[in-house]
Amino acid sequence: MSDRIDITLTINGERHDIRVEPRKTLADAIRDDCGWTGTHLGCEHGVCGACTVIVDGATVRSCLMFAVQADGASIRTVEGLAQGETLHPLQEAFIANHALQCGFCTPGFLMLAAGAIERNPRMSDAELIEVLSSNLCRCTGYENIVKAVRSAMNQMQA
Amino acid sequence: MTAEPRPAADPAPHTFGRPVARVEDDALLRGRARFVDDIHLPGLLEAAFVRSPHAHARIRSIDCEPARAAPGVVAVMTFDDLRDVLTSDRLVVAMPSPSYLLEVHRPILARHETVHVGEAIAVVIAASRYLAEDAAALVEVDYDPLPVVADCHAALAEGGARVHADLPHNVVAELDTAYGDVDAAFAGAAEVVEDRFWLHRGGSHSMECRGVVASLDPLEDRLTVWSSTQTPNVAQRLLCDLLARDSDAIRVVTPELGGGFGPKLVFYPEEAVVAASAVKLGRPVKWIEDRREHFVVTTQERDQHWEMAMALDAEGRVLGMRGSLLHDHGAYTARGTNVVFASAITVPLAYNVPAYRLASKLLLTNKVPVTPIRGAGQPQAAFVMERLLDQAARRLGLDRAEIRRRNLVQPEQMPCRKPMKLRGGTFVVLDSGDYPAAQRLVMEKAGWDDFPRRQAEARAQGRHIGLGLVNYVEGTGRGPFEPVRVRVAANGRIHVASSATAMGQGTKTMLAQVVAEQLGGAIENVVVTTGDTAAMTLGFGGFNSRQAVMAGSSAHAAAVKVRAKALEAAAHMLEARPDELTIVGTHIRMRGNNRTIGLGEVARALEGIAGYVLPGNLEPGLEATEQVIVHDMAFSNGSAVAEVEVDVETGHVQVLRYLLAHDCGQMINPMLVDGQVIGGIAHGIGNALFEWMGFDANAQPLTNNYGEYLLVTAPEMPSIELFHRESPSPLNTLGIKGVGESGVIPTPAVIASAVEDALQPFGVRISHAPLSPMDILDLIARADGA
Ligand code: FES
Ligand code: FES
Repeated sequence: MSDRIDITLTINGERHDIRVEPRKTLADAIRDDCGWTGTHLGCEHGVCGACTVIVDGATVRSCLMFAVQADGASIRTVEGLAQGETLHPLQEAFIANHALQCGFCTPGFLMLAAGAIERNPRMSDAELIEVLSSNLCRCTGYENIVKAVRSAMNQMQA
Repeated sequence: MTAEPRPAADPAPHTFGRPVARVEDDALLRGRARFVDDIHLPGLLEAAFVRSPHAHARIRSIDCEPARAAPGVVAVMTFDDLRDVLTSDRLVVAMPSPSYLLEVHRPILARHETVHVGEAIAVVIAASRYLAEDAAALVEVDYDPLPVVADCHAALAEGGARVHADLPHNVVAELDTAYGDVDAAFAGAAEVVEDRFWLHRGGSHSMECRGVVASLDPLEDRLTVWSSTQTPNVAQRLLCDLLARDSDAIRVVTPELGGGFGPKLVFYPEEAVVAASAVKLGRPVKWIEDRREHFVVTTQERDQHWEMAMALDAEGRVLGMRGSLLHDHGAYTARGTNVVFASAITVPLAYNVPAYRLASKLLLTNKVPVTPIRGAGQPQAAFVMERLLDQAARRLGLDRAEIRRRNLVQPEQMPCRKPMKLRGGTFVVLDSGDYPAAQRLVMEKAGWDDFPRRQAEARAQGRHIGLGLVNYVEGTGRGPFEPVRVRVAANGRIHVASSATAMGQGTKTMLAQVVAEQLGGAIENVVVTTGDTAAMTLGFGGFNSRQAVMAGSSAHAAAVKVRAKALEAAAHMLEARPDELTIVGTHIRMRGNNRTIGLGEVARALEGIAGYVLPGNLEPGLEATEQVIVHDMAFSNGSAVAEVEVDVETGHVQVLRYLLAHDCGQMINPMLVDGQVIGGIAHGIGNALFEWMGFDANAQPLTNNYGEYLLVTAPEMPSIELFHRESPSPLNTLGIKGVGESGVIPTPAVIASAVEDALQPFGVRISHAPLSPMDILDLIARADGA
């Protein structure tokens, strides 16, 4: 169990050479070993989606993946969304639509939405709600999250 | 009454009452906000708890030795190992009440007996959480299982099991709430309706679980505790007692909080154990609750069994109500009798009920303790009242809206003193509002009168749609006070500090808006500190929808004082009169010419120069601390309509529309108000249809993950239409009422009403929540057979 393995994760363009136990989750590696604490853990059993990150273009729940499975991968987390001081359109839309309250679920929703829009920039309302049904939020009642993602998607098309 | 107006010619932008963007958002959206689990300190150790697998057992022995030898382990401790740093083995947190029959304080770590699944028995401190959990599995506890009390009825059974083996019975408290001549009301009634109701247990499920980090600074001998608590000042006072330290020697900070919803106001054993461990080991210690732990050890609510009867005259006017309430209290008193207290006074609140008697029993069960969750006893009370009104309407052949109209408290009765008292001893006084107008508004927007036609059409197509209507009142702004300090620094920045505690509602934005309204209107120039005992020693924190009312009032009072002083000092410095000056952005300006002076310059002048008189001979410093005292509660109100469609083949209920006309007095930020209300509605839909915390006959939790315990997700949400009315509260200068729990209170009741309406052809009666699809099918089958 304690045999540690050397792996490399590239997170938001930054290379991290770390040594982890095989059982360490990707989420814990991102947060504890690499110091990117924007990714949150809400359930650690794959339902809430707070831990959603993008691994080599695919949106994944980082609590359900072992860090060693991501060896060599390029990972994007919420910290990588903004370009310097300029916020991503999704982040702008979350502010304008009051789509976050405590903000704990927000990184997961942002990465979920970012990945979905990249795959299909013209989601219908039904598709959008279907995608957003993957994650849990206890504060907002979802309405404003749906509005924010729709508005960012429309703006990104323009 | 509205906010004290500034001079009409004042050109500073308004921030009060506007939907300004939140000051909290930027850091949260960038992933830079610091939640408790984001705190990393050099040499940090992590804790895992050994927890009881039994709902009730004697603990014969605990063997920590195998765990102590495990890799990475620094300490494995039972209470006996921590005894030398703690002054008590119990958390004595119960609020005062004359109603207690038993004292049941929680142990910090259980020693001889465990009384609910998940109860902490020992702690393992290791180099990482992984290693701590490995070792926790090696702690050997020898249990002797004891008979279990799994619910309220079992708790009352003659000669039945006892939750605590050494207590004589399971009735922790009895409460009688009564006024008027109830028996006469029933004797003279034209109609009596009655039913039994059951509202089931759920959790709060903030997306962030609980957590605590404690670190002792040996140079200053100061312990800093970062805890995901809604009440850091209360936690600090408890920790000072438990660890026998001066108040300056413990600082409690609430970092960014990932939701609270009630249970995080409670002080928990883990907070005491982690703090004590950090002191004992001289190393920083962290414990983060995982979701499985949250399901079994974070406090829960809602489980209540009611029997209630309502007496009416032939016109549908309520003459009186009487009944009983059995409340599942869990295994310990982790807060008090307050949930039942709120339930009891809420039942008749929105209506004129001349006589009322409720006998409540708070019953121990072998389950995790019960404390307030968003709504705190009020959703259950609204459910009982509104279900009975529906039944009475049907019996009397009245429209459901009409029977409510005839009984609602009228605007000309305001302020309306009810013959019941708050827990502090003052009378319940509905402070303001036009309840019938709210009902009219929501009915009109919902197309209430036209609905029977739509319903008939739908039925002709085989669809079962239904409409429900419910009125509610929310008690907000629990006193007595919440302090706020406003200080202008020499660089012109405005610093606001309060014991108010942010848990996601936008508390910092709210305070910044109130203060900026008086001090130049530049929100970005205001820095707010909340939830830090080093910034404010007095105060309580966040619960009971109280902070906008209590801290908002104090912030306003302090900002008004600072404004007056700033203008007076500036008048002296600019050789003008204060009434010729105003604050715009970061500067004080003289009207009619271009003379200005920076707020920071004025603040600097008021810091003084040794040997010189202060400007205008004023007192030093440009700051003020206020703690406005209010004992009465501000009552928000509203009327909700829900439209549902029930699939009678599958039992599936879809909420199609939800309309709410609500009134929380003067709104500080309408955008945040909407957010609070919609979030509350989502929680209420969960309570109505999905959230069921299951236990088996041995009080073993059955639903310990989000596959089994269902939270509402995006597709379950209906389209929501909110309508604001603003009846200012006369209790505070700004006219504010709270809003945090408004959405949840009417929701289980209004969905039950709508489902019953949809299932009229089957004659189904709804008297419990949550309603699963299986429940619906079962109700239809039973009604069919009847
Ligand atoms: S933490 Fe990964 S899905 Fe909840
Ligand atoms: S904003 Fe708090 S959980 Fe989503």
